[in-house]
Amino acid sequence: MTTLAIESNIQTQQRKPKILWYVSDAWIMTQRSVRHITRSMDQLMSVAMFPIMFMLLNRYVLGGAIDTGDISYANYLFAGIFVQTLAFGANYTTINLAVDLQQGIVDRFRSLPMNPSALLVGHITADLIRNAISGVIIILAGLLVGFRPTAGLIEWLYVIGLALIFSLAISCLSAILGLVVKSLEAAQWTGFVVIFPLTFISSAFVPTQTMPTVLRAFAENQPLTHVMNAMRTWLVGTPSDNSAWIALAWCLGIIIISLPIAAWLFRVRGK
Amino acid sequence: MLNTSTDRAIAVKDLKKSYGKLKVLDGIDFEVHRGEILALLGPNGAGKTTIVRILSTLLSQDEGTATVNGFDVRREPGAVRSSIGLTGQYAAVDEYLTGRENLEMIGLLYRLGEQETKNRSQKLLERLDLVEPSNRRVKTYSGGMRRRIDLAMSLIASPSILFLDEPTTGLDPHSRITMWEIIKGLAATNVTVLLTTQYMEEADRLADKIIVIDKGSVIAQGTPTELKASIGPDHLEIIVKDDDDFLNTLKLFETDVLQNDPKRRSLSIITKNGTADLKKVLSMLEESKIIIDSLSLHRPTLDDVFLALTGHSTSVEAERQTNASTTL
Ligand SMILES: Nc1ncnc2c1ncn2[C@@H]1O[C@H](COP(=O)(O)OP(=O)(O)OP(=O)(O)O)[C@@H](O)[C@H]1O
Ligand SMILES: [Mg+2]
Repeated sequence: MTTLAIESNIQTQQRKPKILWYVSDAWIMTQRSVRHITRSMDQLMSVAMFPIMFMLLNRYVLGGAIDTGDISYANYLFAGIFVQTLAFGANYTTINLAVDLQQGIVDRFRSLPMNPSALLVGHITADLIRNAISGVIIILAGLLVGFRPTAGLIEWLYVIGLALIFSLAISCLSAILGLVVKSLEAAQWTGFVVIFPLTFISSAFVPTQTMPTVLRAFAENQPLTHVMNAMRTWLVGTPSDNSAWIALAWCLGIIIISLPIAAWLFRVRGK
Repeated sequence: MLNTSTDRAIAVKDLKKSYGKLKVLDGIDFEVHRGEILALLGPNGAGKTTIVRILSTLLSQDEGTATVNGFDVRREPGAVRSSIGLTGQYAAVDEYLTGRENLEMIGLLYRLGEQETKNRSQKLLERLDLVEPSNRRVKTYSGGMRRRIDLAMSLIASPSILFLDEPTTGLDPHSRITMWEIIKGLAATNVTVLLTTQYMEEADRLADKIIVIDKGSVIAQGTPTELKASIGPDHLEIIVKDDDDFLNTLKLFETDVLQNDPKRRSLSIITKNGTADLKKVLSMLEESKIIIDSLSLHRPTLDDVFLALTGHSTSVEAERQTNASTTL
């Protein structure tokens, strides 16, 4: 090996406003996170297989036993599975962040002249992209098992909009979890401890009227139920209430509160 | 961007850091001039990584000041980050990306621009002998390749100051020597290098200046020659077959004898130029028909440094003694 001649010691710092740099950094980090998803078998499975499995199991194992009134179970179930899939997909942010933090690469990012929170934005954006793909797959799977939406173009746009905002909200919350857990195992557990109860004690699989009082009270007032109810209204025309507004308020509230907390946690961690 | 008003690349004053009751750094002072290689030498837990992390803005100190490239690490972390490259103790690479993708990602984050990043990446891959595996995921790299891609990532923005935390730990002897040559080559182009190591030999081969730390304090500093002189010289140990030969050998080397042990029939003699002396001693012994059991060359080790400086020994498992000769 010969000597390493370094051409110049001056970095070719291009001129750009700060905010544009931030966007460009965040985009580089997003590309990185997307590559992680496409290169890990585990993650690819989570994008496609799990939603389909949930859909089939619920539709055919439970489906016959559940009374959903006027609409078919396939039509009732779809919104629940859709939201559940998004929630689990967005929860991957916890694991991805925890994995990163265990490796030296985060230290390297921190020693670069960029705002390290671009890493957070990258993970969250990548998980949003993953969820968009999962969402399409789940819609196709639903159509195959008897889901017959009545939604028009406007309603579909509402569904997509709320799905993205909801996914973003869960990702932001998951980012906080990923930053506070001390180990990978713990990161994996949080999905079960937080997301499972939220998706099951909701209107996802059975109408909430059938639940015992305490559960019912929780189920009817938690954000996931509102998201599901709003989507159900748009998709299959169940009677509309103010769920859409409540869902939107929850999601925006979660994002506005948890994003700065996550950014702060990321900055102080290890200092 | 570069602050050239001073020729001190790094200046550390009374640096302190504690974790709860544990004082990890207890008032560290040192300076590094531009283009110098400084080695921080110390055993496990001495505080080497802590110093590197503070200087690279990853950790904030409790007390004291540190400037890097003329910028205060606490007040101007952004300017510090634009001046440095960091290769941490554990490889900071993305396992899912290929070597080239890793390198290009960092180049873009350093704001080098697409084309410049591509060019520099290619050049670095060539220079660090990484072209062949460059399109494989880093997951599949050997330890040495990982170290090199890690180093390449620290070099892509041509930093004027480079931090290397134990750059050769875990490398085989060949890769270690390659890494030494790379580091020397960098310093020759006026890059300031601060490296940490547990190996006296490494510090000796590379550093212009060595700072020995133990339990968060500087216990000695100087050039390798100065330090070694304070610890004691290299010596040859001769063990002979019988008592007569022992006495003859003692007479033969007389004034050069450092110490002797009649019971083991062993004696140590000072040597200035290791292997050359080894040959001379061998032929002298042969001429006098002295039959030897063993003849070996001993260099001062980190353990010797510590014994000499603190009276307690280190826990470095790899005692790096150079046994130039075995039983004849
Ligand atoms: N986050 C932390 N919390 C508590 N103690 C810490 C923390 N980080 C480091 N230490 C302690 O600080 C001391 C110095 O650690 P440091 O990593 O700087 O040592 P080192 O010289 O780099 O050692 P090594 O050769 O093993 O890498 C050790 O006793 C370590 O246990
Ligand atoms: Mg260390």
